[in-house]
Amino acid sequence: MPIQYYIFFCLTLFSIGVIGVLTRRNAIIVFMCIELMLNAVNLLLVAFSKMQHAAGLKISAASTAGIDAQIFVFFIMVVAAAEVSVGLAIIVMMFRNTHSIDINFLKRLKN
Amino acid sequence: MKIIIGLIVLWPLIGFLFNGLGRNIWSKKVIAYKATGYIVCSFIFSILAFLHVQDHGPITVHYFDFINTSNFKIPFDLKVDALSSLFLLVITGVGSLIHLYSTAYMKTEEAPHYARYFAYLNLFVFSMLLLVLGDNFVIMFIGWEGVGLCSYLLIGYWFTNSSYNYAAKKAFIMNRIGDLGFLLAIFWLLVKLGSVSYGTVLTAESLSKLSTADITAITLLLFVGAMGKSAQIPLYTWLPDAMAGPTPVSALIHAATMVTAGIYMITRANILFSASEFTQHIIAIIGISTALLAATIALKQNDIKKVLAYSTVSQLGYMFLGLGVGAYSGAVFHVITHAFFKALLFLGAGSVIHAMHHEQDIRKMGGLKSKLPITHITFLIGCIAIAGVPPFSGFFSKDEILAAAFAKSPIYWALGVLGAAMTAFYMFRLYATTFLGQFRGTSDQEHHLHESPTAMTLPLILLAIASAIAGAIGIPELMGGHHWLSHQLAPIVGEAKEASLSHATEWILMGVSVSIAVIALLVAVNRYKRKTEDEPKTALGKFLYNKWYIDELYSNVIVNPLNQFAGFLKNFVEKNIIDGAVNGTGKLVQYSARQIRFIQSGQVGYYILFMVLSLVLLFIIWFNDVAILRFLFKLTHKS
Repeated sequence: MPIQYYIFFCLTLFSIGVIGVLTRRNAIIVFMCIELMLNAVNLLLVAFSKMQHAAGLKISAASTAGIDAQIFVFFIMVVAAAEVSVGLAIIVMMFRNTHSIDINFLKRLKN
Repeated sequence: MKIIIGLIVLWPLIGFLFNGLGRNIWSKKVIAYKATGYIVCSFIFSILAFLHVQDHGPITVHYFDFINTSNFKIPFDLKVDALSSLFLLVITGVGSLIHLYSTAYMKTEEAPHYARYFAYLNLFVFSMLLLVLGDNFVIMFIGWEGVGLCSYLLIGYWFTNSSYNYAAKKAFIMNRIGDLGFLLAIFWLLVKLGSVSYGTVLTAESLSKLSTADITAITLLLFVGAMGKSAQIPLYTWLPDAMAGPTPVSALIHAATMVTAGIYMITRANILFSASEFTQHIIAIIGISTALLAATIALKQNDIKKVLAYSTVSQLGYMFLGLGVGAYSGAVFHVITHAFFKALLFLGAGSVIHAMHHEQDIRKMGGLKSKLPITHITFLIGCIAIAGVPPFSGFFSKDEILAAAFAKSPIYWALGVLGAAMTAFYMFRLYATTFLGQFRGTSDQEHHLHESPTAMTLPLILLAIASAIAGAIGIPELMGGHHWLSHQLAPIVGEAKEASLSHATEWILMGVSVSIAVIALLVAVNRYKRKTEDEPKTALGKFLYNKWYIDELYSNVIVNPLNQFAGFLKNFVEKNIIDGAVNGTGKLVQYSARQIRFIQSGQVGYYILFMVLSLVLLFIIWFNDVAILRFLFKLTHKS
């Protein structure tokens, strides 16, 4: 499959994530949209990795080109998992204190 | 010899530090002894240096490098030759007498002020010695500035009187105008010749490296410097106002020494000046105009010190006339004799003022002849000397200048004689009004009239003797003398030109000038012996009484426009433009901050929106829009 498809798909996915973060007020959905953006990037990384690897194999059978991108993906997944646990904890605490998960409710940053 | 010459300069500096730093410690007696003692030490060492030069010729000693860079170097050298050794003797000799005189004249001052006075006086002598001893123009300039500073400090010595402060400022500013010219001339020399030492600059060789235009410009700039320091038109107005200082200061600084710095400088650089015909003409014309202008003003002044001040300006004009017509040794001769008789006259005036309890108006004096016998006799000698009556000193020096002027142009001579006649007239007007006739002051003053103490009369007597006989150093060959002075100065100013005048002509010239002077003085004595002068009634009298309205002219043409301009800058430019810009910046920041504050809404969504928008913007700027378009194009069109 041509690489362009992956790129368009990832762009769409990422844009959905961005728009979701910007428009939704429910913290859980915002959170999910962030995950969406992260995974769009992951997917793109993997796609490029495969593309480069395929190009490398044509030159040499022992080529390892493009492998490192997949390692990055794992890193991102680990970081995302850690972030989710922290983020969910914050949301739980927020719900306990305010009985709402509307992010616009948190206006204390002002002043 | 190195040490002796160094000490000549250092003694007064030590005195300055001693009195200046210890002004709250020492008693007046200690201060007076020390200050006078240091100058006397300097005088003794000057005599040693003078004798050394007589025997072994000029000597230059090197102490250290004042400025040393790759391109040029200015050594701190002192040079004693015939010219500077003569000036040394005059400065330290007259200086020590005036210090001695001051110890009595200033004795009513409190100790700290007394010490301050002597500290300034010593600093002045130090600067003046540096000026004449320096072996290059930069060292001379240090002394040049130093004397200007001391003049300022001493004119404003009674600093609680604001008009004295104005006089001090006036002197300083006028001098600065001249100093600027001098400084530019030094720079010019440095650029053209790469050196300012007399040994390299004042030679025929370096003269050949300079174009005529260069020489004219340099000499004119040097002359501007001399104009300021030596009070020539148009920068002379500070000198009469400088009489605000204590009288011995007027005697030392504003008559005997500092004002002759310009003459010293031009004589020193005579090789340059002789090379520029144009500058010489300018100097002669300015000199004779100053001599006449000041003499006419002096005719109508009623303040004893003002008359003497204008007569100083007038005599300085004669010296410049001498320089302009190439009679360098004549000018130096007049400097020396003038130092004696003008110091004498000022000190005599000081003695009168002392006796009169600080009354300076001659209309309120009169008949002091019997009350102040020593002052009277010495003052009379001074008057005769300045009037140019033989065989007193002023006659010889003035006559030498006039003879040289006649050789150049009879017009100079005629104007010079006219000035000499006026000199004789106003000096004897001063003498007759002050010492002859009846006493016109209050009876209280009359009761307190007294001869001054010995510390004041001794300098008077010594200076009177010097004024009477100093002509002996320059008796012309015409009278069977052999003119010691011009032989002395020959290595520096060149042999006096062969007198182009026949002896008969010289005798006639001499006879004419002397008889005119004598007639003028007799007329003056007769006229002012009994009656005094009221406010002038004729237009001419008023014109002269008000000093040709020169001060008013300057204040209207230069000072007031400058003040108005300053006022405009202060009230308009400063208030509106400068302050507007500064306050405007502050207001702009405050205003924009108030507007931008609304962005900080606290809504997380907005923050994220701004973040995304900024990132998009960053991308557009970073990979410029064309690259992005090309990327999108590539994506959509399969290659």
